[in-house]
Amino acid sequence: MSAHAEPMSRRAWLLNESPASRRQAAWGRRYRLWLDFRRNPLAMAGLCTLVTLGLLTLAAPVVGRYDPAAQDLAYRLAEPSWAHWFGTDELGRDVLARVLYGGRITLGMVVAVVLLVAPIGLVIGIVAGYFGGFADRVLMRVTDVFLAFPRLILALAFVAAIQPGITSAIAAIALTAWPPYARLARAETLTIRNTDFIAAVRLTGASPWRIILRHVAPLCLPSLIVRVTLDMSSIILTVAALGFLGMGARPPSPEWGAMIATARRFILTQWWVPLVPGLAIFVTSLAFNLLGDGLRDVLDPKQR
Amino acid sequence: MRAFGAVLLSVPVTLFGLVLVTFLIGRVMPIDPIIAILGDHAREDVVAKLRLELGLDRSLPVQFVLYLGRLLHGDLGNSVMTSHSVVADIGQFFPATLELATVAIIIGVVVGVPLGVLAAVRQGSRTDHAIRVFCLAGHSIPVFVLGLLSLLVFYAKLGWAPGTGRIDVAFEGMVPSVTGFLTVDALLAQDWDSFWSAVGHLMQPAGVLGYFSVAYIARMTRAFMLDALGEEYVTTARAKGLSPLRVIWRHAFPNILVRLITVLALSYAGLLEGAVVTETVFSWPGLGQYLTVSLLNADMNAVLGATLVIGMSYMGLNLLADLAYRLMDPRVL
Repeated sequence: MSAHAEPMSRRAWLLNESPASRRQAAWGRRYRLWLDFRRNPLAMAGLCTLVTLGLLTLAAPVVGRYDPAAQDLAYRLAEPSWAHWFGTDELGRDVLARVLYGGRITLGMVVAVVLLVAPIGLVIGIVAGYFGGFADRVLMRVTDVFLAFPRLILALAFVAAIQPGITSAIAAIALTAWPPYARLARAETLTIRNTDFIAAVRLTGASPWRIILRHVAPLCLPSLIVRVTLDMSSIILTVAALGFLGMGARPPSPEWGAMIATARRFILTQWWVPLVPGLAIFVTSLAFNLLGDGLRDVLDPKQR
Repeated sequence: MRAFGAVLLSVPVTLFGLVLVTFLIGRVMPIDPIIAILGDHAREDVVAKLRLELGLDRSLPVQFVLYLGRLLHGDLGNSVMTSHSVVADIGQFFPATLELATVAIIIGVVVGVPLGVLAAVRQGSRTDHAIRVFCLAGHSIPVFVLGLLSLLVFYAKLGWAPGTGRIDVAFEGMVPSVTGFLTVDALLAQDWDSFWSAVGHLMQPAGVLGYFSVAYIARMTRAFMLDALGEEYVTTARAKGLSPLRVIWRHAFPNILVRLITVLALSYAGLLEGAVVTETVFSWPGLGQYLTVSLLNADMNAVLGATLVIGMSYMGLNLLADLAYRLMDPRVL
């Protein structure tokens, strides 16, 4: 390419086979991954659904049109209509508005759990894998114990012991969700630890923590991201199940599981009241599964 | 065989951890167990006496040792709600859960394995995609939503299913309990009306629960089958001119059995968890319902007992999966 040529298009800059800078190489790689990802229609559908859902819950005051707590006893259990697209519940509250506001709670809880769990699991796994020996054995025993429990049951017992509510539900799910990440990060670390480039970094005198943070952790990230995305759906299901069993968010909170719990007695008559939040859970969790599958194909081809 | 020993050796450690965790859960709770048993207005000397009896005046490690001792004697305390011992309660409720989970896993195998094989053989076809979506849906829908949906469709709209509970009210308590599996007990008593009523009530929750194991088993079977079909001995078998069916079922399939058994055990363990929620939807009087009702009443002895039993079954099944794998696949040892 001569110096007089037209300025390179952004696409050509990204796809350049011989990048001139680190930045160009990094962005070029990301762009190629994106191109790979875009070719998977199901994964794109998942991504679009999630973006739409996210925007809808953020725009709840506009799209929902009603106050989720506003009762209208004259309009109890109304069928879906132009005024109330998904009908109203037993107190005359608009179901659509409640599902949209509830999305903030359910999705917020899921994000909180992931933000708590992923870094903790990553650090524990890498430390166990990198240092090995006694620390490794103790940490892996602890993960074994937590993996030996069915997640939902342990979370239930925990919430019951502390006190039902959103915060304790997040804490309880986080407590049961970290071991798989630790396992994963440890396995990745074990293979990275003995590579030549780590030996080279070590020879330059880098401290163990520098190696872990700058060289090992970034390489564990792709598989961790895939795992988190695939795990999102099971976290959503756990959040909703806790709400349904009365151990997570409590009514009158419009959290999806709690909404279904209060509305379940109408299943045989006004079925839309419990089934609309159920549909919301299903769609969100399916979208995460599709996205996760697509990400795995792109980021972690060996696991396909 | 050394790896085998290591697996068995890890059992007591994990079991100990399990007990420790349930014990600690029981001790972090802000509710005073004494108040939970005696209520707010108990006389002070009675409270003090019970506190002494339960060993609650001792240090935490001592309490744990006492708890372990009671546990080894099969004593999980009394349930405040039922006023029976928790062990007796669990003995009464657990068979119902096992019955539900067992039928669900049978559905999972009978439907899931052929679906998985079909998807693998027709890889990339419409059938494969349809099965994939069917399985993904199973990983995405909450148990209780599917349960409510099936009540709406099969009970209210179509009238095919008899609804909630374990048996029609008319037959309640008619069959002497031998195994705790109501269907088996009715067979043993040769009480056909009770038997069919019990089967009818069992099929709906078991079908809902079974769907989740179908989704899991089919997905895993597909993956295993794809591996096996890519092996050279399969190419050889095909080259010899064997019929496609014979290649699939006599050559490829037997080689995925070992891994499939592991999946079965894991799936069964997962069903125990799913049963907890399914039971509350279908008013199925099993351990799950016992657990959730105790949770809502803050009946901690019952909660911890049920948690421990489910945790132990879960662990046992995982162990079984691990051992079966090591026993049958010589490469792992």
